[in-house]
Amino acid sequence: MELMGIWIPILSIVTYIPLVGALAIVFLLPKEKTGAIRTLSTLTVIVGFVASLPLWFFFERAHPGYQFVEIAPWIPSLGVNYHFGIDGISLVLVLLTTLMGIIAVVCSYTAIVERQKEYYVLLLLLQTFMLGTFCSLDLFLFYVFWEVMLVPMYFLIGVWGSDRRLYAAIKFFLYTLAGSVLMLLGIIALYFYNTTGFLGYKGLNNSPTFSIEKLTLVAQSMPVELQIWLFFAFFLGFAIKVPMFPFHTWLPDAHTEAPTAGSVILAAVLLKMGTYGFVRFSLPMFPDAITTPWVLGVMVTLSIIGIVYGAMVTLVQKDMKRLIAYSSVSHLGFVMLGVFALNMAGIQGAILQMVNHGISTGGLFLLVGMIYERRHTRLISEYGGLAKQMPIYATYFLIMALSSMGLPLLNGFIGEFTILQGAFAKSFWWAFFAATGIVLGAAYLLWLYQRVFFGEITNPANASLPDLTGREQLTLVPLVVLALWIGLYPKPMFDVLRVPSEKIVQAVGGKTATEPMLAREEPGASGRAPSPGAALP
Amino acid sequence: MKFSASDWLLLSPELVLTAAGLLILSISVFFGKAKEEFLAYLTVLATAATIGLVAFLSGYPGREVPILGGMFVLDNFAIFFKLLMLVSIVLTALASVRFVGNAPYPGGEYYALLLFTGVGMLFMVSGNNLVSIYVALELMALSSYVLAGYFKAEIKSTEAALKYFVLGAFSSGVLLYGLSLVYGVTGEMGIPELAKIFAGAEKSNLLLVGILLILAGLLFKIAAVPFHVWVPDVYEGAPTPVTAFFSVGPKLAAYAVLARIFYVAFARFHADWGLIVAIVAAATMVVGNVAALLQSNVKRMLAYSSIAHAGYALLGVLGFRTEFGLWGILIYLLAYTFMNFGVFALVVFLETKGYAAESVSDFNGLAKRNMTAAVVMLIFLLSLAGIPPTAGFIGKYYLFTSAMKAGYAWLAVLAVLMSAVSLFYYFRIAAAMFFTEGEGAPLKSSYALTTAVLICAAMTILVGVAPQPVVEALRACVIKTP
Repeated sequence: MELMGIWIPILSIVTYIPLVGALAIVFLLPKEKTGAIRTLSTLTVIVGFVASLPLWFFFERAHPGYQFVEIAPWIPSLGVNYHFGIDGISLVLVLLTTLMGIIAVVCSYTAIVERQKEYYVLLLLLQTFMLGTFCSLDLFLFYVFWEVMLVPMYFLIGVWGSDRRLYAAIKFFLYTLAGSVLMLLGIIALYFYNTTGFLGYKGLNNSPTFSIEKLTLVAQSMPVELQIWLFFAFFLGFAIKVPMFPFHTWLPDAHTEAPTAGSVILAAVLLKMGTYGFVRFSLPMFPDAITTPWVLGVMVTLSIIGIVYGAMVTLVQKDMKRLIAYSSVSHLGFVMLGVFALNMAGIQGAILQMVNHGISTGGLFLLVGMIYERRHTRLISEYGGLAKQMPIYATYFLIMALSSMGLPLLNGFIGEFTILQGAFAKSFWWAFFAATGIVLGAAYLLWLYQRVFFGEITNPANASLPDLTGREQLTLVPLVVLALWIGLYPKPMFDVLRVPSEKIVQAVGGKTATEPMLAREEPGASGRAPSPGAALP
Repeated sequence: MKFSASDWLLLSPELVLTAAGLLILSISVFFGKAKEEFLAYLTVLATAATIGLVAFLSGYPGREVPILGGMFVLDNFAIFFKLLMLVSIVLTALASVRFVGNAPYPGGEYYALLLFTGVGMLFMVSGNNLVSIYVALELMALSSYVLAGYFKAEIKSTEAALKYFVLGAFSSGVLLYGLSLVYGVTGEMGIPELAKIFAGAEKSNLLLVGILLILAGLLFKIAAVPFHVWVPDVYEGAPTPVTAFFSVGPKLAAYAVLARIFYVAFARFHADWGLIVAIVAAATMVVGNVAALLQSNVKRMLAYSSIAHAGYALLGVLGFRTEFGLWGILIYLLAYTFMNFGVFALVVFLETKGYAAESVSDFNGLAKRNMTAAVVMLIFLLSLAGIPPTAGFIGKYYLFTSAMKAGYAWLAVLAVLMSAVSLFYYFRIAAAMFFTEGEGAPLKSSYALTTAVLICAAMTILVGVAPQPVVEALRACVIKTP
């Protein structure tokens, strides 16, 4: 980025601020000074967030390529570069990550009492690795961040988690690792296809590179059967992370056992890595594979099963945190359905819904964490009538629940509606099944709300619960503001997402015409006239 | 055969190391009370001097210099292995200071034997003739049998030495028989000469039997399945610094010989030995990793883990016709030397502090008692599991690349899945260190051991984060296949 004639590597700065903070804590602060450690961590994430804000303002919406690009050779022998850059999709995810970083740190003040130094160091490291993943434009670099991210998360769950934390931590690590090592082989195969060829496939004899832009073009020229192989190699890595049915079983355990900040980060950011992988790699790189009818059929079927099955399992949960965890399976199924609709509305809706899910599910985990800190139980049956005792808490919970179930005027509605539009353009039945997911979603959230907040206080332990503190509200306010902003005026989001989504849709040979209805502009309002096919088909 | 002045110069590393070994032996005989620490540092000094000599010789004019009429050769390949093996001796001596010092056995023999093993290894990697390789291998093996049984009053140590000796002698016999068959068919012992003869020759069954026997003998030395059964017992019974040394030093030498013989002499017959190596590699990865899952004794677990790592390295042998094959082996062995030695050095650390480090639970709560040790251990474990950005990841990346390029995609898939499995047992140690409460006061390490561990940790991270200089330097160390 140029500022007053000076070139600033803004993405690296944003990415490594948390790392610098973590190192400062390691080397400068003794572990007894917990107050100073908390202050420094908070300062670090706030500075990181502020540093990331210029990205939103200086980002050129109409620019077709990657922006704020930084590139330097890293391992020239292999053609690996240190290559950072973002487009609209990564932009919103980077901002979501830096914002969630603040919330994760601030919500841990009272929840974490043991081994605070290690905790905040790990949280900050995780922040750097997640940002690096979203900013990487080099496949090798991406893989490095993608893998190393598992380590701090493993420890966050394993040290500060609840009863079954050991099991949940190693399960999380092994599941995601198993998926991503196969992706590594996919990356190697791409590398050879670009250079000298392998397994009987003639290579293109280009100079070795891991550049995502270049390899995307290379991958598109592959024969279909090779594309399908590589699609599934990448698919495993991403689908486990999302998680798509049937790879979702690690998620309820990890979410439930993780400390609050861990669950928030998991839900808000980590799961998005998977869906991000699909839109960044799987779709543009292997368009012939994804448009192969049986592949697309499998993908859509898995997404729909995820939506419906996830929602039905959510209904029967007795543990609040587990309930919200399972609801993620359903919501992420929605995102995947939008992705596989392969049209403008579907993909833009999916990316927007990624952000929305981060806001609302992150918020719900935050809220469950707050009540857990007071009562040390997450069982729904332990609660009831909280609305009287904790009106502020009840209000925030309601807003987040409504946003999660997709009530109009809140963010979830925009995402779900747009995904449904995209799915409907493909097939009535896709939209039909997805809509049942929405109905079930309203059911489990409202039922949860009813059981926890309405009625008389039956459990004496709940009779004297203090309402939210100022600090706790401070972590929730940004989420509420964002939920309302996206719900009322989503156009800025769609503006950012349009160009990269267009590229993806063109790559998979879909119609760019199915613009999201909610993003449509009045004719003449700007230079861009609405396309004729913008109405519902 | 006549000695020339340059021969003396080129052999100077081996000669210096031999002299140092004899000196240490004499000191301990004539000055019985000589302090063990002094001997250890003398070993370090002599080895460091040898490293300097090898580094000096790497600038010797002309590449691939024949020594003693072609019995040995000094090329970049040999120089790389010599440097790495000498470093492993330095690390072993540093890790032994307290350990051997506290034991009721004379230290002189220990360090002398260590140096003699080193001399054997240095000769092995330079060997350019089947006979010279065999003699060097025996020098290395005989010294190491004694090292394994160095704690002679302890049953486990003696048992380890005996097992190592019996099986080692048997495998040497197999190797020798193979060498004799090859000689019988060709009438030639020099490796370049063999390559020349084979270039136009038809293969005979007798020759294939010879090749197979040589392969079996060498696979024993690198502990590949099914020749691995000695490893857990020897690794468990031998004094831990010796185990650390066995897991890297002699293996390096065996890999060098394997590469030199099979890349140069038997390259033409790779269609015949390729499939065998592929099956052995697959079996080694699976058996090593699965057996490691079942261990509760740390040394046995690490023994099986090093078996698994031998399997990964064999992927590079398969890819010898690709750019990445031998290159990958060199990078991987470099990474492996530091990360594996580091892990064992930390086991030594716990043992010298009075913890047996027998079971995983001895690592309980290490993070509370010595955070640095726990973090360093974690780095080694991550590197062994191949998680970036560590040396182990870079090494594995090259090996997987080599397997894909050589057309063994199924083996690459198996290898990546197995390396995911390996995380499970490595992280049992991580979980013990960080998640479980352990009792005990804070632990402090000795300077010598700390130095050894920090060298390993620094290399593990450095090669992972900035691999370019190392990777590029190693590209020049690859020997050419005819």
